[in-house]
Amino acid sequence: MKRAFAPLLMLLGLTALVVLPLAGDNYIIRLATNMLMYSVLGLSWNFIGGYTGYPSFATSAFFGLGAYAGAISQGHGVPMVLAWGIGAVVATSFAGLLGFVLLRLRGHYFAIASLVVAEVLREVVNSATDFTGGGMGLNLPILRIDVDRLAELFYYSMLSLALITLATTVIVSRHRLGFGLRCIQQNEDAANILGVDTTLYKNFAFMLSAVFVGAAGAFYASWVNYIDPTDVFDILLSVQPIVMVLLGGPGTVFGPIIGAVAYLALEEIMLSNLLSFHSGLLGLIIVILIFFLPNGLFGLSWKRLKRWMGISSAEEAA
Amino acid sequence: MLTVQILINGLLLGGLYACIAAGFSLVWGVLNIINILHGSFIVLGSYIAYFAYIYLGIHPFLMAPFAGLALFGLGYLLQRGIINYVVTAPVLVTLTLTFGLDLLLNNGMLQAFTADYRKVNLTHPLGNWFVGDIVVPLDRLAAMLLSLLFVLVLWWVLRTFRIGRAIVAVRMDREAAALMGVKVAQIYAVTFGIGAVMAGTAGSLLSVIFPISPLASIAYLGKAFVVCVLGGLGSIPGVIIGGFALGIIESFGALYFGSEHALTVSFVLLIVLLVVRPTGIMGRKGYE
Amino acid sequence: MKEILDVKSLSRQFGGLLALDDITFTLREGEIVGLIGPNGAGKTTLVNSVTGVHRATAGQITFSERRIEGLKSHRISRMGISRTFQVVQPFPRMSVLENVAAGSLFAGHASTPNEAKRLAQEHLAFVGLDREAEKSASVLTLAGRKRLELAKSLAMRPRLLMLDEVNAGLNPAEIDAALNLIRTIADRGVTIVVIEHLMRVVMNVSTRVLVLNQGKLIADAPPQEVVKNHQVIEAYLGKRYASAMKDAR
Repeated sequence: MKRAFAPLLMLLGLTALVVLPLAGDNYIIRLATNMLMYSVLGLSWNFIGGYTGYPSFATSAFFGLGAYAGAISQGHGVPMVLAWGIGAVVATSFAGLLGFVLLRLRGHYFAIASLVVAEVLREVVNSATDFTGGGMGLNLPILRIDVDRLAELFYYSMLSLALITLATTVIVSRHRLGFGLRCIQQNEDAANILGVDTTLYKNFAFMLSAVFVGAAGAFYASWVNYIDPTDVFDILLSVQPIVMVLLGGPGTVFGPIIGAVAYLALEEIMLSNLLSFHSGLLGLIIVILIFFLPNGLFGLSWKRLKRWMGISSAEEAA
Repeated sequence: MLTVQILINGLLLGGLYACIAAGFSLVWGVLNIINILHGSFIVLGSYIAYFAYIYLGIHPFLMAPFAGLALFGLGYLLQRGIINYVVTAPVLVTLTLTFGLDLLLNNGMLQAFTADYRKVNLTHPLGNWFVGDIVVPLDRLAAMLLSLLFVLVLWWVLRTFRIGRAIVAVRMDREAAALMGVKVAQIYAVTFGIGAVMAGTAGSLLSVIFPISPLASIAYLGKAFVVCVLGGLGSIPGVIIGGFALGIIESFGALYFGSEHALTVSFVLLIVLLVVRPTGIMGRKGYE
Repeated sequence: MKEILDVKSLSRQFGGLLALDDITFTLREGEIVGLIGPNGAGKTTLVNSVTGVHRATAGQITFSERRIEGLKSHRISRMGISRTFQVVQPFPRMSVLENVAAGSLFAGHASTPNEAKRLAQEHLAFVGLDREAEKSASVLTLAGRKRLELAKSLAMRPRLLMLDEVNAGLNPAEIDAALNLIRTIADRGVTIVVIEHLMRVVMNVSTRVLVLNQGKLIADAPPQEVVKNHQVIEAYLGKRYASAMKDAR
């Protein structure tokens, strides 16, 4: 009976997600699409930040690259979904190259270097006006479908991406890759001696943290029809997923999703009551969450609950 | 001759950059916190000097120590009240927390002062000093010298006074210092406060030279970081050398890439440095 | 007996310091070799150089007819060399079982985490930690951690096992237990190098002793001959040797 509880819950959740567009209006659908997108960002960051313990702030770099790759492709007539794939490929290739350089660094140095890369990228894209439209941004072709169908289309696309990312997380957590990443996080030198090819594993995790983010970026470009550098290379795209994952539980399978939902729900509630001072409010939310919940929503006792529900395994409860 | 001018420009910047980075380096070295708020502290210092000049007629150079002191209070309270609780937490947590606090401060300033760039227009500027073909703006020279002075005062305070030695002790070995009776939480708060003082002072001096806006905070933060990595963490001499190095590099960078890309040039340099020689020019290992 | 490890003219320089100076020796399969020397002689550096933690500045290392100097640690570990650390290095937030399973999974022959955990049970039983399997590695006592370290390195299925001060901090009863384990491991055909400060351990368990002093190899002989070696006595204090000889009788 215990064993059946968790899968049953997940099935219920999945069903709810699938039928949502039928029940809600476009506003709700957009909100849900946004939540799913941030879930993807959080789950992706989780690979390098949660499991491997390398505090990456490069998420916005991957997102922006994916957005521009997708937008430029679509501008040249590439079909939308294929453009999303291109976004993923470009972001992942960049992560592969970047990882080779950055993953030798640790702690603060790695964090800041990854942050700086995103800034440099933004500046470069901003300056390459001929290619990217520079500061004036890029417009994307609008699909000739009615608004409701459009909202549904994007919703289901993002849902699929989120499910793929989640499935990948599950596979990694059960596979030797996930085990190895956790070893790296807890003692990288010992992991090396034990036979873990740490360079390979770290690079792989870093690329995993880019592939779905790149797709999400390209998706975002199609969704909003207009992008500019400040928008898609925004540092908040790196910081918010981190806060969400910290909230929900880093290095776990469902933590990032729970964190994303909780965070965005909180933001929605606070913002619908206060119209101005937006960024500052984000700052307040971040400060409050980090300060009052340093171990996330799930402290020790909740970890036991998750274990009982069969969601997490013994080591995550320890 | 152009080369000499650029060199002079770089040196003039260098002293300022040392002042920008000194407080940041101290906080990073002692508390192992990268203080994202540092850039906004500097901007706040600039605003204090600006308004003091407009409404009270006090010259920013004179205002510098007072702007510093005002920020001490803010820094001390922030550390004691909030940041202290996560001082021992991993990099992620402290970075994200100071990031959130910075969002608050920066947005507060945006709301209060708007994003419009302001400039301190001195009614009695010192003018320029001409050495052959070389132009040396005297206000900049004065700002640079004052910056260096403040940095050296900091160095002197750290070496001479008990509080300074307590700070160094905590940096070297927190537990041993606590066993010796040093109130570590207090020292952390004071150190953070001192970091804020240096930021406020720097901001005041900078207000004479650079335009003031909350949008500038990230640039100052970036420069502080590059100076620390260039010069090596945890030493005042390192900060001074790093400051001058960055000033010169930026000046030549502006010549080749245009001054609007100065920050990007610094950042690329930073990445290269981190990969090739993270211990900086002085070769001392930083805190990870 | 077949040669398993061949070290030729190995040198390792750290800046101005020559930590290992032209070291040459050969290990044969099944031997238990003691590695002794005063503090700072270079024993751990030697182990680090063989296991790929440090790159040798000069010289060759051959393991089972394959040259391994310059290879990365994880490759060398998978080839069949494992070692314990003087300061034990567990994965603190994992259970005892998982710590050992990591060894099976990445250097041993397990192909999935679940298989590795099953294999790990055997190694835990061997060192006597099977009842602590589900506990977090960080709650073990020092003796427990040393045994965990040993179990981990055994899980890697080594052909050459290098034990670095595995007895440091243990009481005499614990040391005897450790010695028995070492002999049993050797009986299974594993070649063992034991770095030790305690002379009675070395005398009791090794068939041969290598002595390092200031980076140089000053003796390579059976234990009884080594203790009579003039250079060795000079490297250590005379009194130490005398009381160790009494213990070994």
